Amino acid sequence: MKIAKDQSPDIQEIVSGSTAELLRQLVAHLRQNRTDLREEWARRITQAKLLTAMNDAEIFAEATSVYDNYVEALETGTFEALQAYARNLSERIIPRGVQTDEVVGIVLLLRDVLARSLFAKYQADFNLLNRILDAYEPAANRIANTVAVGFVQERERIIRQQQDAIRELSTPVLQVRERLLILPIIGVMDPQRARQLTEQLLRGIRANRARVVVIDITGVAAIDSHVANHLVQTVEASRLLGATVIVTGLSPEIAQTLVNIGVDLGKMNTVGDLQGGIEEAERLLGYKVVPLTETTAQD
Amino acid sequence: MPVPILKQSRYLIATIQSALGDADLLRLRDKLVEKVGIERSKGVIVDVTALDVLDSFASRTVRDLAYTIRLRGAETVIVGIQPDVAFAMVQLGITLEGVATALDLEEGLAYLDENTRHGHRAF
Amino acid sequence: MAIARSDPENSKCVPIASDDDLVAARREGRIVAEQLGFSTSEATLVATAISELARNIVSYAHSGEIHVGLVHNGNKRGINIIARDKGPGILDISLAMREGYSTSGGLGIGLPGVRRIMDEFDIASDVGRGTTITITKWKR
Repeated sequence: MKIAKDQSPDIQEIVSGSTAELLRQLVAHLRQNRTDLREEWARRITQAKLLTAMNDAEIFAEATSVYDNYVEALETGTFEALQAYARNLSERIIPRGVQTDEVVGIVLLLRDVLARSLFAKYQADFNLLNRILDAYEPAANRIANTVAVGFVQERERIIRQQQDAIRELSTPVLQVRERLLILPIIGVMDPQRARQLTEQLLRGIRANRARVVVIDITGVAAIDSHVANHLVQTVEASRLLGATVIVTGLSPEIAQTLVNIGVDLGKMNTVGDLQGGIEEAERLLGYKVVPLTETTAQD
Repeated sequence: MPVPILKQSRYLIATIQSALGDADLLRLRDKLVEKVGIERSKGVIVDVTALDVLDSFASRTVRDLAYTIRLRGAETVIVGIQPDVAFAMVQLGITLEGVATALDLEEGLAYLDENTRHGHRAF
Repeated sequence: MAIARSDPENSKCVPIASDDDLVAARREGRIVAEQLGFSTSEATLVATAISELARNIVSYAHSGEIHVGLVHNGNKRGINIIARDKGPGILDISLAMREGYSTSGGLGIGLPGVRRIMDEFDIASDVGRGTTITITKWKR
């Protein structure tokens, strides 16, 4: 999201007129006192028992980066660099076990440390202090928000990744005989899982050179029309790869859903249970073997 | 770029090399139909391994091809459809109904062997 | 829902006048999709959808253009395709969007299929003036 030219309303007010000058002043102050303020901040982080997963050297290094990014965001009024940094930081510290409350906590502490130093500097002139705070507060809050949101988004991304991995593990495509694959589907089927299943199956067909696939849905309680459609698509896509699909374990409910979406069950290869399906598959595979003597006789 | 067509005993094998324009696909169809007649082939394999997209036009042309070739007494089998392409096709509702498909060249040849020697489908 | 904003610098225009241009449009779509980090599966879907739209342009309008670009919506990124032509336009859009509908003996428009696989689908058409179809797929 570009901020430079079309800045959000609150920052726009600040940057117009003398508030721009105030912001420059306060950024200069924060830069000048960088060392002291950073130390103060690091001290308060330890005092609040935050970032316990990291050692002092690490905290100091990250504190420096956060501080500099913070001041930069205040100065430029743009938050893209900060956002990118926040995500980057999150990617590094999440595996270390750092929690959301810690990240939000340290950013708020920095905001407080900087605010306090502004009080100290401008306390003689109450009006000036107010105007400085008017310039500082919206920006500081925006920063806290940006960092927190960046962290949470990164967490969500990691969780999604893990979910995908789990989904993949929980849907194995099994090769039990040569040219025969079995795909037992257990549990809840949602569109995303269904899509993943199909992709896994198709890759499996190619890798194992399967001619017959038995998809067993005994373990599936119910499916909606979207997932039912998906099942049909899986059967069709498998055929395009030269494999015949046998669906087993069709409950009356699922059979009804398929009929409702217009599937001609007569055309779909279905068998009662998995065992029966495997036998049918073997029959199909076995039937393809042509006795040699017969062949030569025909020629 | 014309698609190379090889003869392997009574079969013709056309291997599509890369992204094919519509006109090229139609030319291939006509060439195959012609060659089946000249060579008196019993089967045709069209290898689409290199095709990264199989859209509705390609599907229609392939179906046309299989139908016309069957009228000349030969079987057609399409081989090498990639998993991604197959997936995209079914989601878009593009089918190759009525056309035999196999995983690759080897499977395609096996299919033709079974289906042209005895004059009926094994399964 | 927040309005998606296109990123004009990242939009590529492929003129469509003959079926050779279909290959170029598909390729452009695949390149952008892969740049965005879409899986090969998804990139193939996008390329196939572009093929269908570009083909419609050639079949019905004889010439037009396909724009392929990036879009943002907050933190989401996606691929946006605009298929535009100044052809005869579609008389009955709801009919064209009905599953299984096709004109001129088997020349299926494929629009229902395209809508099914995309996250966003918009169609605007004026008889005698032309048609613009806009589709978007977001990176999950």
